[in-house]
Amino acid sequence: MTLPAQSAPLLDVDGVTLQYKTRDALVTATYRVSFEVHRSDRFILLGPSGCGKSTLLKAIGGYLSPVEGAIRLKGREVKAPGPDRMMVFQEFDQLLPWKSVIENVVFALEASGRSSGREAMDKARHYVEMVGLSKFADSYPHTLSGGMKQRVAIARGMAMEPDVLLMDEPFAALDALTRRKMQDELLQLWEDTKFTVLFVTHSIEEAIRCGTRILLLSPHPGQVRAELNSLTVEEVGTASQVALEARINDMLFAH
Amino acid sequence: MNASVSPLHIRPEIIRDQQATDVPAVEKALTPFERIYRIGFVRKAALLIALAVIWEIYGRWLGNPLLFPTFTATIEAFWENLANGVIPARALSSIQTLLIGYGIGIALASILTTVAIGSQIGTDLLETLTSMFNPLPAIALLPLALIWFGLGQGSVIFVLVHSVLWAIALNTHSGFRSVSNTLRMVGMNYNLRGLRLVGKILIPAAFPSILTGLKVGWAFAWRTLIAAELVFGVSSGSGGLGWFIFENRNQLETANVFAGLFTVIMIGLFVENVIFAAIERNTVQRWGMQS
Repeated sequence: MTLPAQSAPLLDVDGVTLQYKTRDALVTATYRVSFEVHRSDRFILLGPSGCGKSTLLKAIGGYLSPVEGAIRLKGREVKAPGPDRMMVFQEFDQLLPWKSVIENVVFALEASGRSSGREAMDKARHYVEMVGLSKFADSYPHTLSGGMKQRVAIARGMAMEPDVLLMDEPFAALDALTRRKMQDELLQLWEDTKFTVLFVTHSIEEAIRCGTRILLLSPHPGQVRAELNSLTVEEVGTASQVALEARINDMLFAH
Repeated sequence: MNASVSPLHIRPEIIRDQQATDVPAVEKALTPFERIYRIGFVRKAALLIALAVIWEIYGRWLGNPLLFPTFTATIEAFWENLANGVIPARALSSIQTLLIGYGIGIALASILTTVAIGSQIGTDLLETLTSMFNPLPAIALLPLALIWFGLGQGSVIFVLVHSVLWAIALNTHSGFRSVSNTLRMVGMNYNLRGLRLVGKILIPAAFPSILTGLKVGWAFAWRTLIAAELVFGVSSGSGGLGWFIFENRNQLETANVFAGLFTVIMIGLFVENVIFAAIERNTVQRWGMQS
């Protein structure tokens, strides 16, 4: 079977080796990792601790330069952080504590020059409503629960309408019930706007639920183990999920 | 014993369909006394009144107004000098000098800390300078200031800047350094770099430390000012509160000396409990950065 001719990838990670220095060592986080992300992908980077998935995401965010290879967004090489690649972090302190929910979103739009004034306000209101936080628009972050903070961070990321939304284990610090709920909400948001998202996780279950395509990384240093198709929404919870989970498990832990 | 029952299921389950109705009140109002006691202002006022009473009793028991005037005598002297306009004029003169020194100190501290977070060598410079000059008492610079700026406001401002600068720079810098890396990355994600990153992310994020620096700096400045004025406040026109204290000591008007000290304390309390408290309430407390 021949695949239909695909358009140029949105994000092209090409043979990327990443290294960073700690106090007494030079650590190679990933070694010659390549993959392509296309428009409206829910692309998952999955792997155990030490596979360099977070470092890879930071490099795509522009916070770290590859020592080898290149990262290209829409054909242009990524050199520095920018609002075309919005990050959603795992940490709850990613919201500016001196700004209310709505101000956090408006500030992002205005500081980056994406939009301003009335337009920024309308856009911010729209996305805050999308994540179901209209009632808390004027609350300060310290009064919100962990899940609500992450929703604001997602609203902020989406309001910027980036080419790709980079999510670094955004639900890892949440309790299991909230986490499950947030995954469903993320899928619903995706159904509504079909944004492109690159999602880092170490949970196989989360990868299958949230992703359309899953990149498996092996640790020390991170290298591509496989790139798999995930399941459709209907298949989740059926025997196919069990089978895929087992397959991924085998690949990650078999030597 | 029935072998088919697993040890896990030997004990019967407990299910309560009815909950007790005679539980104690979930939320019980505090008594009026308890409620009043919870107001910090009331507690502090009670302490102040107690101190004033002790002062009065000791003053009367001693019976020597030259050494230790009573509370009432001090208040009388205070009102008298307030009414004839001496204390307001002196306080105004002091505060004016103070604000100039404080302002210059803040400006220099901002420049120094901005340079410091920009580069490693800048950080080294700030650390070296603060560890050299912070322990140096401002008063120790007075003789030097006299040679450089002569008798007058210039010398006072010089030592004021010295006393303010290092406290503010040190606190601001440690505040900047403790800003979480995530917030920095968020700022960079918005395309904020350099001075815009400092102004829009680092300063508000480090505001609790900056405010501490401003408070410590204010206290240092106030102390230094009064001490410096005691030495050479007279030449700058009318002279400040320090000079007022010094003058009255020379004339053995001890009640007036106490009134001068009382004014210094009152202004200190006002700035701490009204101005800085209001800033704190509207910023760091509102943002949940400090309880």
